[in-house]
Amino acid sequence: MKRKFSIGKNWLYVPLIGMAIFYLLPMYVMLVTGFKSFEEIDLRTMWNLPLGIAFDNYIEAYSKLAPSLWNSFAMVIPAALISSALGSLNGFILAKWKFRGADIIFPFILFGMFIPYQSILIPLVQFMRSIGVSGLPALALAHIIYGIPITTLTFRNYYASLPQELLEAAKIDGADMLGIYRHILLPISLPSFVVVLIWQFTSAWNDFLFAVVLTGNRDWPITVALNNMAGSQIISWNVQMAGSLLAALPTLIVYIFLGRYFLRGLLAGSLKG
Amino acid sequence: MLRDKDRFLNILLVSPSILAVLIFVYVFIGWSVRVSLSKWKGLNADYTWNSINNYLELFADPRFHVDIRNTVIFTGVFVFGSISLGFTLAVMLDQGLKGEGFFRSLFLFPMAISYIVTGVVWRWLMSPATGTRTSGFNLLFSYLGLDSLANAWHTTPTWGIAAIALAAIWQMSGYTMALYLAGLRAIPVELREAAQIDGASELQIYRHIMLPLLSPVTLSALIILGHMSLKVFDLIVAIAGKQLPLDVPAIYMWQITFDGLFYGKGAAIGILLLISVAVLIIPYIRHTLRTEAQQ
Repeated sequence: MKRKFSIGKNWLYVPLIGMAIFYLLPMYVMLVTGFKSFEEIDLRTMWNLPLGIAFDNYIEAYSKLAPSLWNSFAMVIPAALISSALGSLNGFILAKWKFRGADIIFPFILFGMFIPYQSILIPLVQFMRSIGVSGLPALALAHIIYGIPITTLTFRNYYASLPQELLEAAKIDGADMLGIYRHILLPISLPSFVVVLIWQFTSAWNDFLFAVVLTGNRDWPITVALNNMAGSQIISWNVQMAGSLLAALPTLIVYIFLGRYFLRGLLAGSLKG
Repeated sequence: MLRDKDRFLNILLVSPSILAVLIFVYVFIGWSVRVSLSKWKGLNADYTWNSINNYLELFADPRFHVDIRNTVIFTGVFVFGSISLGFTLAVMLDQGLKGEGFFRSLFLFPMAISYIVTGVVWRWLMSPATGTRTSGFNLLFSYLGLDSLANAWHTTPTWGIAAIALAAIWQMSGYTMALYLAGLRAIPVELREAAQIDGASELQIYRHIMLPLLSPVTLSALIILGHMSLKVFDLIVAIAGKQLPLDVPAIYMWQITFDGLFYGKGAAIGILLLISVAVLIIPYIRHTLRTEAQQ
C-alpha cells in the first residue's frame, strides 16, 4: 500500500523546491547585493552573483547602524527577561492556585494581546511623559507590559498541562506556595522559558510602532534606524541591503538554532498550548 | 483549598501584572475614547467636549475612504493567499517526505524577521522601473522571457495595496502552514486508513475528510490573519512610505496624530480599529476558553 504512493510522492519535490526558491529569493537578494562592490552596482546585474566578496557595505552599514543595534540589545534583553518572569508567576497562579475571579482575569489579560496598539498609543505617550520615563526605558517598559498577555498564556497552558498530583504531594509534605513554585515548577519550566524568551526577544526586536513614537534619534532601535536609512537618498541600496541583513541577523540566528521553540511560541499566539 | 496566607500571597504576586494590564490596556482605551471625543489639536492636551464630531469627520473624509478600501483589498488578498498557500504547503509536507523538517523551517523563517527589513528588500523586488532601470521581479521576468508579467506592482493606483499583500503572504503563509500541519497531525491515523480501505484517493481524503475536520484551524487562521491585516502598518511604511494611494488606517492614525497633531481624530481612528478587531477577537477568546473548559 505504502509503495504505491511513493513513486507519485517524489513529484511533490517539484512544487516544494519551487516554493523554497520563492521563499529564499528575498534573502538571496539581500545577501548577494550586500557583498557587491561599488563598481558592480548596476540594476541590470542585480540578480547576478557578486564578482568577489566585498565587506565594504557591511562596514559602512555597521558604522551607521551600530549605535541602534546596541540600543536594540539594551532594550530587548531586559524586556524579554522581565516579561517572561512575570508571565511565569502569573501562569503558575492562574493555572494552579486559582483564587476566586481567576477565570475572569485570564481572558481580561488575554485581550491585551490582540488590541491594535493604535488604540492606546496617545495615552501611552502621554503617560510615559507624565511619569518622566522616555527613550529606551519607556520602550522596554511598553514591551514588558504588552508582553504580559502572551507570556502569561504560554506559561498558564504549560502549567495547566502538569498533573495536579505533583503539587498535592508537595503540599502534604508541607511545602508552601512559593516553595512549590521554586522547587517543583521552576526547574521543569526551562523549555517554556526558552519559548517565551525567544518570542519576546523576536517581537520586541522587530517592533517598529512603539519604537517610532517612544524614542528619538539618539536612542532609535535598529528597525527605526534602518527604515530611516533606507528612506534617505544618499545611501545606495547595496548598503541598505547590508544594513537589512545586520538588522535581521540576531533574530535569524535565534531562529536557526532554536527554531522549534520559536514555532511553539507562534502556536501559543493562536491560543493553543 | 487555599490557605489564607497563600491566598494573600498569590493575589499580591499577580496584582502588579493585573494592575499594569488594567492601566495600559483598559484605562488607556478609555483615555483614547475620551481623546477621540475631544477637540484636541496641537501640542497641548485639550479635552474640550467635541461629541462624535471626529468620527463624523472621518466618515466624510475621502482619505479614510481610501483607507477602508485598501484594508478590504489587503485583507482579502492576504487572508485568502496565506490560507490557501499555507494549507497547500501543509498537505504537501504531511506526506512524510524526506527533508520535511528542512522545508518546514524554510517556509517559516520569514516570520522571524522584522517587517521593516523585509519591506526594504521587497521594495526593491517590486521596483516598478522599466527599460534600462528595470530591476527586481520585472528584470527576473525578462530574463525568463516572461516580459508580459512585468508590472508596476505597488505603484499601481488601485491595486498597489494587493502587491504589498503579496509580501505579507510571503511573510505569514508559513504561520498558516504551521497551524494546519499541527491540525493535520492531530487527526487520528485510523480515519485516514479507513478511508483508504474504502478506496478513497489521497485527494478525496483531504477534500472530504481532512478539510472539514480542520475547520476549527481554518477559523483560527481567518481570525488571527484578519486581525493582523486590520492592524497592518510596518510593512507598508517600509515598502511604500507614506504614499496616499497605499494608505491604511494605522498609517493615517500615526501621521495625523504625531505629524499633524490632530490628536482627537487620531484617537478616533485608533478606537475604530479597536472596535473592528474586538468584533473578531472577543468571540474567539470566549469560544476557545469555553471549548478548553469542556475538555
